Amino acid sequence: MLRVEGLHAHYGRAHILHGVSLALAKGEVLCLLGRNGAGKSTTMKAIMGLVPPSAGAVLLDERELAGQPPHAIARLGLGYVPEERRIFAGLTVSENLEVGRRPPRAGLQPWSADRIFALFPALATMRQRAASRMSGGEQQMLAIARTLMGNPTLLLLDEPSEGLAPVVVERMAVAVAKLKAEGLSILLSEQNLGFAAAVADQAVVLESGSVRHTGPMAELMRDAELRAKFLSV
Amino acid sequence: MSRCGAGVRSRADPALDTLVIQALNGLASASSLFLVASGLTVIFGVSRIVNFAHGSFYMLGAYLAWTLVSHGPLAGLGGFWGFWGGILLAALAIGLIGALAEMTILRRIYRAPELFQLLATFALVLVVQDLVLLFWGPDDKFGPRAPLLRGAVEILGLRFPRYELFLIAIGPVMLGLLWLLFHRTRFGILLRAATQDREMVAALGVDQRLLFTGVFFLGSALAGLGGALQLPREAVTIHMDMAIIVQVFVVVVVGGLGSLPGAFLAALLISELHAFGILAFPRITLVLVFLVMAVVLVLRPHGLLGREPEGAPPASEAGQPLPGPAPRWLRGLGWAALALLLALPPFLGEYPLILLADFAALVLFAASLHFIMGPGGMASFGHAAYFGAGAYAAALLARHLAAPMEAGLIAAPFFAGLVGLAFGWFCVRLSGVYSAMLTLAFAQIAWSLAFQWIEVTGGDNGILGVWPSEWARGRLAFWYLSLALCGLGVWLLRRAIHAPFGMALRAQRDSPLRAEAIGIDAFRIRWLAFALAAAAAGVAGSLFAYGKGSVFPSSLDIPRSVDALLMVLLGGVQTLSGPVLGAIAYAGLQEQLARLTDLWRLVLGLVILALVLFFPSGLAGALQRRRGA
Ligand SMILES: Nc1ncnc2c1ncn2[C@@H]1O[C@H](COP(=O)(O)OP(=O)(O)OP(=O)(O)O)[C@@H](O)[C@H]1O
Ligand SMILES: [Mg+2]
Repeated sequence: MLRVEGLHAHYGRAHILHGVSLALAKGEVLCLLGRNGAGKSTTMKAIMGLVPPSAGAVLLDERELAGQPPHAIARLGLGYVPEERRIFAGLTVSENLEVGRRPPRAGLQPWSADRIFALFPALATMRQRAASRMSGGEQQMLAIARTLMGNPTLLLLDEPSEGLAPVVVERMAVAVAKLKAEGLSILLSEQNLGFAAAVADQAVVLESGSVRHTGPMAELMRDAELRAKFLSV
Repeated sequence: MSRCGAGVRSRADPALDTLVIQALNGLASASSLFLVASGLTVIFGVSRIVNFAHGSFYMLGAYLAWTLVSHGPLAGLGGFWGFWGGILLAALAIGLIGALAEMTILRRIYRAPELFQLLATFALVLVVQDLVLLFWGPDDKFGPRAPLLRGAVEILGLRFPRYELFLIAIGPVMLGLLWLLFHRTRFGILLRAATQDREMVAALGVDQRLLFTGVFFLGSALAGLGGALQLPREAVTIHMDMAIIVQVFVVVVVGGLGSLPGAFLAALLISELHAFGILAFPRITLVLVFLVMAVVLVLRPHGLLGREPEGAPPASEAGQPLPGPAPRWLRGLGWAALALLLALPPFLGEYPLILLADFAALVLFAASLHFIMGPGGMASFGHAAYFGAGAYAAALLARHLAAPMEAGLIAAPFFAGLVGLAFGWFCVRLSGVYSAMLTLAFAQIAWSLAFQWIEVTGGDNGILGVWPSEWARGRLAFWYLSLALCGLGVWLLRRAIHAPFGMALRAQRDSPLRAEAIGIDAFRIRWLAFALAAAAAGVAGSLFAYGKGSVFPSSLDIPRSVDALLMVLLGGVQTLSGPVLGAIAYAGLQEQLARLTDLWRLVLGLVILALVLFFPSGLAGALQRRRGA
């Protein structure tokens, strides 16, 4: 469903991505792995059009995304949940969801506030609360929920477990698994291997902006040497 | 700020009833002010553009309403619909004009540095000024009274106009409506979200262009409404734009940029201050208002209810290395020009010599502003204060002490430098728009003093008889004097940029934290640079005064500050030759245009717009790029 080929990206003059390629099949979860600064977030931003790719192709169901503005890419079905969450702190939970709301998409069960609150019951009790007064875990849930309101067909989920307590990470993994079970395709980025192993089908390992390994997640989990080479700190 | 409210006042006996009426007058002014300020603050919140043209939209609203109410097809309706229909239609039309300006011009410069955006909106101011003159002529226009709101009611035995009561109600009602818009509609919620993080809003599938156009429609319509509602209150004049924009800037900055309740509060504060200031200190009302602004900004750098902007600031120019030594061809050109400037003048007539001397003063003025903007990374909207300080230092010495020119030329940089030290101490603590606004406030204080302290400064009549000494009275001698002093000033400023002081100045601009870490006292460096620039501007101002033989408050008013900004921005902030080229290009263009056409503002505005859109790095930058390519 998503195919990235030879993606290059720059921040100003700094050349960050050097020809990243990956492919994600419908209904799959693909996990980007790599140490800090490997280029995971930049890959997502380049796909989303937030950092315009300087070369390469990004194809969603064979439709070219590279070169389009972020809002157009979002409307084509990509839902982006940034690493920093970037919830609208001055808005309430309900208002944050309203910002993300888009018209229903053909062939998908549309997301509503009620369906969101069923997925994240913790949010249901704080609809009118200002987002600035939420815990990190709640903010992460809200960030995902807000993006789901856009009825995406593919979710870009950047390090959802970052900075969360173990219990909350587990709850997050359950939620992601549930989304996957409902047929959503997900491009995940993770440093938490346990989390990744629990939900991902495929793994792509990045280092210095290049792909160093591509294969099933299970295989990576079996291969301690590979993990030591690219992932241990 | 000369809006005297209605009602009966007795200055001798500020009894309770007078105080109440005066408070009501203040409330009515506050409402009008809030209408316009709310539009500006809403636009700024989303687009981060400080829209100078907002005052022009206000003025256009008033003119358009005047036409609609008294001459348009609606006027035929007469009475209630003729009047109120005209007011509303004018507001809507101004909203559309604002949206159009956004779509055609401002949309292209959201990523440009703040000051360029300002330049573009100021170009709009110029264009609108001439268009208004073209369509409506220079005469003041008087609107009809508002149907249903004619006459007065009696309050505590004093008569108070009905229309003012209506205005008092309009402010809170509009605040309420805007609150509903921002909290109860999808458009409003999106606007609030975009105020915080517009990139994220885009990533969620919202087309920002619609939001931006929408917010310009809303904000401009509010300005238009504010202008249209003045119709029954005061004459419609071609000076409304500048008068209101300064007040509105004060309100918006004191309230906190982007904050609606803040704007409301500040409008109340400023208007009441003004209303009661007239009773207590009739002579220094203007100073009072700007003083309050300065105090608020020093105590609360982001305004009463403003918040420090969160998240990533809008992309600004990355720190640029100091341009290397000027390329050989440019240096050659410079020497050739200097040779011409020395050799040619004896063969020139009186008028070209006067012009040349003016240009020299302007070049130094521009170079002094460039010194704090380029290497210093600070912005000043009020640089005319120091130009004027120099001019007035010379003039006051001449008038009160009959001092000769030599004394004036020596005193000017010291006096202007001292003023710079005093004002700079406040201004350099802040950054970005707030700092720029504070410089504007101080410049307005200086202007108010020159304007209102009639015994000393002569007020609007200025000071005449500021002539050069005998030996420099000839135009040729005065030109060589100007060339020498301005050349020296520019050369000294350049030396300072290359000296360790200049390096420290650039270091604190590029990376304040790192600069502090290596022991640079950023505050001191900025402060000194500010004072130095002020002193240089003072020299320019005094030369200008001796060249003209007189000084008027206009030597430190806003248009003059804007002149300096335009010269620097036209030349390009990050080149050393920029201010020189910019000053000559701008002053020359203005001079030529004024001679060729009555519509010089229109043409100049269009030229500036074209430059901003096509040469965002200024003239010198464009030249260098061509050579580099
Ligand atoms: N805004 C930016 N400007 C300049 N360089 C950046 C910017 N953001 C990231 N980089 C650089 O790009 C490289 C890749 O960063 P990226 O954020 O993609 O890494 P990551 O794999 O997501 O790391 P992490 O696990 O820490 O989130 C890093 O070297 C980083 O320093
Ligand atoms: Mg990252």
